[in-house]
Amino acid sequence: MGSITLQQVNKKFGEVNVIPSIDLQVEEGEFVVFVGPSGCGKSTLLRLIAGLEDVTSGAVLIDGKDATRLPPAKRQLSMVFQSYALYPHMSVRANIAFPLKMAGMPKAEIDAKVADAAETLNLTDYLDRKPRQLSGGQRQRVAIGRAIVRQPSAFLFDEPLSNLDAALRVNMRLEISELHQQLKATMIYVTHDQVEAMTMADKIVVLNKGQVEQVGSPLDLYRSPANLFVAGFIGSPRMNFIRGAAAAAFGVETIGVRPEHMTILSEGGTWQGTVGVTEHLGSDTFLHVHTEDMGTLTVRAGGYVGFKPGDRVGITPDADRIHKFDGQGKAVK
Amino acid sequence: MSTYHSRAAGRLMVAPSVVLLFLWMIVPLGLTIYFSFLHYNLLMPGTETWTGFLNYSYFLTDPAFFTAIVNTLLIVVGVLIITIVGGILLALLLDQPMFGQGILRILVISPFFVMPTVAALVWKNMFMNPVSGLLAFLQKSMGFQPHDWLASTPLLAIIIIVAWQWLPFATLILLTALQSLDEEQREAAEMDGAGPVYRFIYIVMPHLGRAVTVVILIQTIFLLSVFAEILVTTNGGPGTDSTNLAYLVYAQALLQYDVGGASAGGIVAVILANIVAIFLMRMIGKTLEA
Amino acid sequence: MARRVTRTRKWAVTIIAWAIGILIFFPILWTFLTSFKTEGEAVAMPPSLLLFDWTLDNYREVQQRSDYFMHFLNSVTISLGSTVIGLIIAVPAAWAMAFQPTKRTKDLLMWMLSTKMMPAVGVLVPIYLIFRDTGLLDSRLGLTIILTLIDLPIIIWMLYTYFKEIPTEILEAARMDGASLYNEIVHVLTPMAVPGIASTLLLNVILAWNEAFWTLNLTAAQAAPLTAFIASYSSPEGLFYAKLSAASTMAIAPILILGWFSQKQLVRGLTFGAVK
Repeated sequence: MGSITLQQVNKKFGEVNVIPSIDLQVEEGEFVVFVGPSGCGKSTLLRLIAGLEDVTSGAVLIDGKDATRLPPAKRQLSMVFQSYALYPHMSVRANIAFPLKMAGMPKAEIDAKVADAAETLNLTDYLDRKPRQLSGGQRQRVAIGRAIVRQPSAFLFDEPLSNLDAALRVNMRLEISELHQQLKATMIYVTHDQVEAMTMADKIVVLNKGQVEQVGSPLDLYRSPANLFVAGFIGSPRMNFIRGAAAAAFGVETIGVRPEHMTILSEGGTWQGTVGVTEHLGSDTFLHVHTEDMGTLTVRAGGYVGFKPGDRVGITPDADRIHKFDGQGKAVK
Repeated sequence: MSTYHSRAAGRLMVAPSVVLLFLWMIVPLGLTIYFSFLHYNLLMPGTETWTGFLNYSYFLTDPAFFTAIVNTLLIVVGVLIITIVGGILLALLLDQPMFGQGILRILVISPFFVMPTVAALVWKNMFMNPVSGLLAFLQKSMGFQPHDWLASTPLLAIIIIVAWQWLPFATLILLTALQSLDEEQREAAEMDGAGPVYRFIYIVMPHLGRAVTVVILIQTIFLLSVFAEILVTTNGGPGTDSTNLAYLVYAQALLQYDVGGASAGGIVAVILANIVAIFLMRMIGKTLEA
Repeated sequence: MARRVTRTRKWAVTIIAWAIGILIFFPILWTFLTSFKTEGEAVAMPPSLLLFDWTLDNYREVQQRSDYFMHFLNSVTISLGSTVIGLIIAVPAAWAMAFQPTKRTKDLLMWMLSTKMMPAVGVLVPIYLIFRDTGLLDSRLGLTIILTLIDLPIIIWMLYTYFKEIPTEILEAARMDGASLYNEIVHVLTPMAVPGIASTLLLNVILAWNEAFWTLNLTAAQAAPLTAFIASYSSPEGLFYAKLSAASTMAIAPILILGWFSQKQLVRGLTFGAVK
């Protein structure tokens, strides 16, 4: 239970071709993350799977059965919304019970399931409160509770953490990952935050302008990005892209080196530059080095380095980890 | 949230309103246009004849028509000025910390709920009557000759009555807008060295712009067709001194039984209202989008 | 943020504001007081504010002379009837426009509002003739129909504004939770929309209650609501301020009280949410 297949799915809003054509397979029990910049079509894609929008052409298969024309209520999917979308006039208990009530489940059974879900999510003490009396994190948990009680074929998450503050976001990220391990259910998760994608996903789908740029495990995408877009999007800080003579030395249009794959030296090195801003994070130091013909390069150094702004330094890239891209931006092996 | 099914349901749900409003607009208006080209008197049924633009030329050359247009605009502009200026001042006052603000709000808003016929009659008899009205009493007790409002300044009297009814509305809306002004903005302006007057001009006024637009739109809709206040106070007189377009058409149709002439007048009123409407709709379209 | 306000200043503001407030309210207050005077006291110079023999005779006489309760019932029927019918037609339309917007929704709304800009005199003659020929003249049904039509655009706009504030995601959540359209409307939408519908109802009853163009032109005796009932007191058959005051008080009191309760919603409703 819980595989989802998209076949040549196409979506137009009027004249605007939001998603030209996407084929995608989500396996049962997989945690798939759709990631991309805002406006890349990731939320639309999720809503097409949910049935909240019609596909213009193509097919959506849930558990091998064609669900393209099925209304959302009949698709056996649960969704957690960015705004949580809790019913403000219902108590937490009624919110969580709502899908079960809609399914016509007997009252005793509903109560047991709601109690169960509340237990899992630490909401037992709040069952009789209204959503507006809860904190952001608690609301988020209620939304998740409402999604899990029904035991759907798959869970859909639409940027569920973007309204939380940074500390809570890290917590909830862990909770959702744990939930996935516990339920072993299929989950599709939309985010613009590549950190969330990297930490949670079994499989990442990178989207850009309605097209799939690359599909793969987090480490696949990190180690061998298929093109410039994925290379720039995955990894933080961003990969340095270098054109011109330095790239030509490798016989390509552009080369990319991640900040963590360079060594900084007080003299010598492959490339030379002047230290600009240095950012000390304690565990790491990021140095922004201005070079003459390659722009500014970001370099990660260890916990503490003695370089100060204005110092001349040399940089040596890790030869095995230089990414090469051709004129179209495609990776060259 | 738009799928094939939900869009179809949506169209079905909008249809009754659209059809009704369309009929409401097109059928009577069509008939009015048709009548406006007829010689048609209610007292002589069956004698309708086609007269072309004769009704229009009569109506448009009637000196009462020009007076009515001017009066209509004077009422709209006069009441708008009084209510907006008064409303801003009153709203600024009511926005200050004071005792019993809640009850005061209720007092101030009250005239808005008074039906036009009551407002007009009360003002006409108990306040503006030159013999036994309160205003006359005040003037006399201060040693002045009592002023006969409805006879010597009928239009002003009507503007005062109508403004009294609409001042609360403007005040309430402007006050609500004022209270939504971000306190930090005011404080920032104060830090930047702006005194009360500059704060009012550069912070408060722009913030009120949207509310003022809305007040103008809503009031204009109602003020263009002020009718009951004229009917029960002056009957448009003396002469045509306080006749506006709405009253003129009414008089033509239901007092002189001239359906053709009244219809021509009605069409003129529609055209006039449309000119104002186009202007206003642009304004509110922009305001509501923002 | 709490700005320091001196006590003197607060008192000064209070006095000025209350003076102006009472001045604005005074015609209503004066009408109310006069309604308890005898006709002689009502025109006495100098007038007395409170020190007179309070009497209820005027109310009794107004009821006898012009049957206040019949007109009151007419007003209730017409204003409530037109508002409820208007709501029944407008609720689905507003829902559709708020939750299923198309490219034309905005134009449609503007067009609806523009029908409100059409001056009543432009269509007075044909409506009068149609009513005369169909027997709707001076009937409650006829007036209810007209008021429904003239209030419909405003009702739709008000509801649309209120519905727009219900996040679409909540309706989508209901769909994802397996709710049918019926359940979505009954269990999720309606409970959330009740406050908006209620204030729309309230505001439109007030507007319809005070409507004084069609009610004056299309009624005579039978269906005349309070607006027309009062207008019959405009004929100058002797001075009778006390009775006029009693009639006026009775005509405005119900809606004045309703209005006091709805003044908060009034702003949002009548400005279509543009001012909050």
